[in-house]
Amino acid sequence: MEQQITISPVSECALLIRFSNSEPNCSLPSIIGAATEQLYNQLNHYIMNITPSVDSILVDYLPHRIGFKTLTSRIEQCIISIDENSLTSSQTHPLELPVYYHLDVGPDIKQYENKGITLAQLIEIHSQPIYTVVAIGFAPGFAFMKDVDTQLQLPRLSTPRLNVPKGSVAIAENYTAIYPNASPGGWNIIGNCPIELYQTDKEPMIPFKIGSKIKFTPIDRDTFFSLGGTIEGEFS
Amino acid sequence: MNNAVLQIIKPGPLSLIQDLGRFGVAQFGITQGGPLDEYAYSWANFLLGNQANLPCIEITLRQAEFKVGAKNAFAICGADLRATLDDEPINNWSSFVANKGQTIKFSLPKNGLRCYLAVFGGFKIEPQLGSCASVERDSLGGLTDGTPLQEGDCLQYHSLLANQYFEPKQLSFRFQPDYNLPVTLRVVESYQRALLPNHLVNWFYQTEFEVSTNINRMGYRLHGPSIEMPTITMESEGIALGSIQLPPDGQPIILLNDRQTIGGYPKIGCVSRVDLPRLAQAKPGQKVCFVKGQLDELQSDWAMWANYFGY
Repeated sequence: MEQQITISPVSECALLIRFSNSEPNCSLPSIIGAATEQLYNQLNHYIMNITPSVDSILVDYLPHRIGFKTLTSRIEQCIISIDENSLTSSQTHPLELPVYYHLDVGPDIKQYENKGITLAQLIEIHSQPIYTVVAIGFAPGFAFMKDVDTQLQLPRLSTPRLNVPKGSVAIAENYTAIYPNASPGGWNIIGNCPIELYQTDKEPMIPFKIGSKIKFTPIDRDTFFSLGGTIEGEFS
Repeated sequence: MNNAVLQIIKPGPLSLIQDLGRFGVAQFGITQGGPLDEYAYSWANFLLGNQANLPCIEITLRQAEFKVGAKNAFAICGADLRATLDDEPINNWSSFVANKGQTIKFSLPKNGLRCYLAVFGGFKIEPQLGSCASVERDSLGGLTDGTPLQEGDCLQYHSLLANQYFEPKQLSFRFQPDYNLPVTLRVVESYQRALLPNHLVNWFYQTEFEVSTNINRMGYRLHGPSIEMPTITMESEGIALGSIQLPPDGQPIILLNDRQTIGGYPKIGCVSRVDLPRLAQAKPGQKVCFVKGQLDELQSDWAMWANYFGY
């Protein structure tokens, strides 16, 4: 594997694996996703939790069962054995998620209109690319997806909203995401996805993992309602 | 053993079912939860001879009241909330037998903030994703979807047999922390430490911070003199328990059990696991200082703790 990794302790019970490579590498999210699964499978007796992110993996382990040095070499072996080629070839079709783009569910569409981008253009530019999930966090099932077209990149709101409705489709910088549940949030909201994205009683609980490919499909108001969408209007 | 219930007469401001936490699901953005004071939680189970991971009630602050449905042994450890059994004081850091119809009450804190109430054999709670730890934000744990205990809720446990003897225990005073003392926290330097200028690191170790009013199970925000933070651009990364974030205003935030799993603020390192309970029991206004810790030493302290309690 071509990836350079460094592993350093962050606390008594946690270490951070950092992936560094000089050029942008499209397969990094798939490698991080695969490494997460491999580490859970192979080092289950020593590891409590694995938190993958954009270019790193945090590992919570049990220092009374394994020393840092031994664990580090086990992790290195595990990651080296990941076959990068098999990852790219096993990629399936992107997961399609329906999105209703409308001012009723996307108050920040206004910001784009102020910049001279019409709703129709916004829909086209946002729903065209295939995005890659590069991190999951902030809230359960909240997936950071890359890359948002430069025309649509906006910074986070200077004052976050106290409530963003469930299903809100959002943009911050070069990331887009869907709020799986109502929560406070500072991203720019442009639409709503009526699909459940965090169900603790389902397997899988969330329909994507790091490295997953996502595509948004624009839907009209009737389809939105028929898929269970609601217009709560509870932005605050 | 017969089924019995502990009825919640008053839950107080926040009473939560907690076990050691929810692991193996951080990759979905699900937080670990678990007792903020792992030391007190562990003693509560230990004094009853329970397994290390049995669900207890974490009682925060005051005015909680529980009615005992059938005879069993209980233990209280952690904050001193002036606990009583039928209005008779119960020693903190001890186990005791309570009979059918008796009431266990907690009132205003004398020392610390959070008290753990355990029962012999544990409360019978259906785990969600491998844990009973209540995390409302993740809709997981407790009796239903992470919600705190409500008035009228009933927690099941097995009662003692009529002729079963239980010997009450009291933890030696030497092992009982005084949570009201100023807090000194040892720090494992890590994460973005190498990117921070020396004057900032010196400031961090030389400042006496104060616990702000902005404290909860996600984290503790401290208050200190203002300082200019350098701009550090970084990707979001996994946040370990006890991580010390330095946001743009330089006021440290120490992230605890219900923290978000990833974040993009620079971190100077982590508060030692052994010292975290002291922070989690600190009240607004209490003084907090940081000292640099030695990883090897802290790790072996932690390993002793983990082995002793049987994690």
